[in-house]
Amino acid sequence: MSGTHQYGRPRALTERRCAMSVVSELRRTSGGKSPKTPGSKRRSAAHRGDGRAALVFLAPWFVGLIVITAGPMIASGYLSFTDYSLLEPPSWIGLDNYTRMFDDPRLLNALQVTFTYVLVSVPLQLAAALALALLLDRGLRGLAIYRSVYYLPSLLGGSVAIALLWRQVFGADGLVNQFLAYFGIEGMGWVSHPDTALGTLMILNVWTFGAPMIIFLAGLRQIPRMYYEAAEIDGAGKVRRFRSVTMPLLTPIIFFNLVLQVINAFQTFTQAYVVSGGTGGPADSTMFYTLYLYQKGFASLDMGYASAMAWLLLAIVAGMTAVNFLASKYWVFYND
Amino acid sequence: MRDDAPSATNSPTSGSGPVSPENGDGATGPRERAKPTYWRSRTRSVLKHLGLILFGLIMLYPLLWMISSSFKPNDLIFREPGLIPSEFTTGNYTEGWNALLHPFSHYLMNSAIIVLGSLLGNLVACSMAAYAFARLQFRGRNLWFAIMLMSIMLPIHVIIVPQYILFSELQWINTFLPLIVPKLLATDAFFIFLMVQFFRGIPTELDEAARLDGCGHGRIYLRIMLPLSLPALATTAIFTFIWTWNDFFSQLIFLTRPEMYTVPIALRTYIDATAESSWGSLFAMSIVSLLPIFLVFLFGQKYLVKGIATTGIK
Repeated sequence: MSGTHQYGRPRALTERRCAMSVVSELRRTSGGKSPKTPGSKRRSAAHRGDGRAALVFLAPWFVGLIVITAGPMIASGYLSFTDYSLLEPPSWIGLDNYTRMFDDPRLLNALQVTFTYVLVSVPLQLAAALALALLLDRGLRGLAIYRSVYYLPSLLGGSVAIALLWRQVFGADGLVNQFLAYFGIEGMGWVSHPDTALGTLMILNVWTFGAPMIIFLAGLRQIPRMYYEAAEIDGAGKVRRFRSVTMPLLTPIIFFNLVLQVINAFQTFTQAYVVSGGTGGPADSTMFYTLYLYQKGFASLDMGYASAMAWLLLAIVAGMTAVNFLASKYWVFYND
Repeated sequence: MRDDAPSATNSPTSGSGPVSPENGDGATGPRERAKPTYWRSRTRSVLKHLGLILFGLIMLYPLLWMISSSFKPNDLIFREPGLIPSEFTTGNYTEGWNALLHPFSHYLMNSAIIVLGSLLGNLVACSMAAYAFARLQFRGRNLWFAIMLMSIMLPIHVIIVPQYILFSELQWINTFLPLIVPKLLATDAFFIFLMVQFFRGIPTELDEAARLDGCGHGRIYLRIMLPLSLPALATTAIFTFIWTWNDFFSQLIFLTRPEMYTVPIALRTYIDATAESSWGSLFAMSIVSLLPIFLVFLFGQKYLVKGIATTGIK
């Protein structure tokens, strides 16, 4: 049965040719257009009693929203204005946690480390993803195999096992240096040197370009072939076709990938924690924001400060997403 | 020929098109073949394949090397960058299995329990919520839907501290409950979204007919929506498995007693326990920990690729 059923809604794919996504969905709902239910007016009578059913179907989600998500969110907002160590009740200190943050050199350093990581590795990762997607798109034989090979690292990249592997590969007597020794180059302890440790983590992030590559591939397939034909009839060469057809129609996908990967990269934790052995070292060079947050909240039990940090993180992620959305007006082409 | 019918790109078959290899005979294939420079394009395609294969090998090399190293005696790991072990041993596996306080099977079991609980939660609770959002009309639906979407993007760090306080009040720290109960309450809203998308693609005529026949929502959900949504359920199951298996942050926070350790947490403690002297056994257990994911990847590839292509998850 599942064989005959297409994934996703065929109509939706032609309505909006970018991949179905949380981002585009939000863009649509926030634009005031409600999701269309076919013939909703006609059948309003048939929907009598839906409210009660909805209450039943949504009950688990609703409880979860209040107890697991929204409640804790409000609580952490409150805690961010308090001094709280889990042992005594929280005491209100106003904006102290927030003002403290701007005098905390380790926090400012964590911000710098994280921003550097995001701003360098995300564009590189997306460039690799796009380049490979373009190479694989031209009806290549063995496409499925290539796609799997390039995608596999994305699945494994978040695991502790791979982070441990990275620690060895870029270690003082690791795989990289063994190869360099072949060429008579004496390597260094890449993960234990403050100048290069962050770089090894960036490489790890770029290594997981497979997931955005698959999204790009899906996007490329949805560009109607007739556009290329029309362009060719008009005398457009290969480069021109790429610049004037492929790129503009792909911008929504690039944008979507960008938003997603920036949000993800900002919350990097596992790799930094494992590669640095939980310290964020050497010399705080891999002290990611979330790692510092973890240390503050769960090692020093400075939970008020950790909550304030979490809210700053939320503000930054939301801010970067907003900037992305605003900037998208100038370069993203929506065909609808 | 597909090129004879430009409208083919808009036909419903393109729903699966983005990922199926036979759709790959793309825009430029026929045109290139028509050129007289057949051999030139032939050489170019061979070169391209060579490049892609080489690139793939470089990408996978660390992984392959880890597999090979897990069968090497320890001192060779630091001397032999090649893939074929000059000395073969399975000692790393037996040593690694028993290197920590508990045998490695104990940690595998702990991880499996959390994965099973999360699977149950995400499949049942998220599909129920998705049914409501996709099929029922109720007051404030768009608002709740938007809230659900936004909760997907909420960084876990914003809620982890109060969650920790809540769960420690409930005496749930060092149990699996903080890792399973939230899933039973559909907090992995991403999967709600995924299933809403899928449910919307199922013709409403089906449930209308069922309602005329006197079916209630419970039966429509159970008998019509769920059986027709097996691909979405499979995608949900696969991603739940991989994410939960790989999850480190929340397991690190909620599980601190060694007997409650899961695979990722146990792996991490190898560094302290063995003082980095035995990379061999560490690699061996890393391979063991990656094996389930690799198997899911092998058998669930179709759903993985579709899941990413349609929703854009990692």
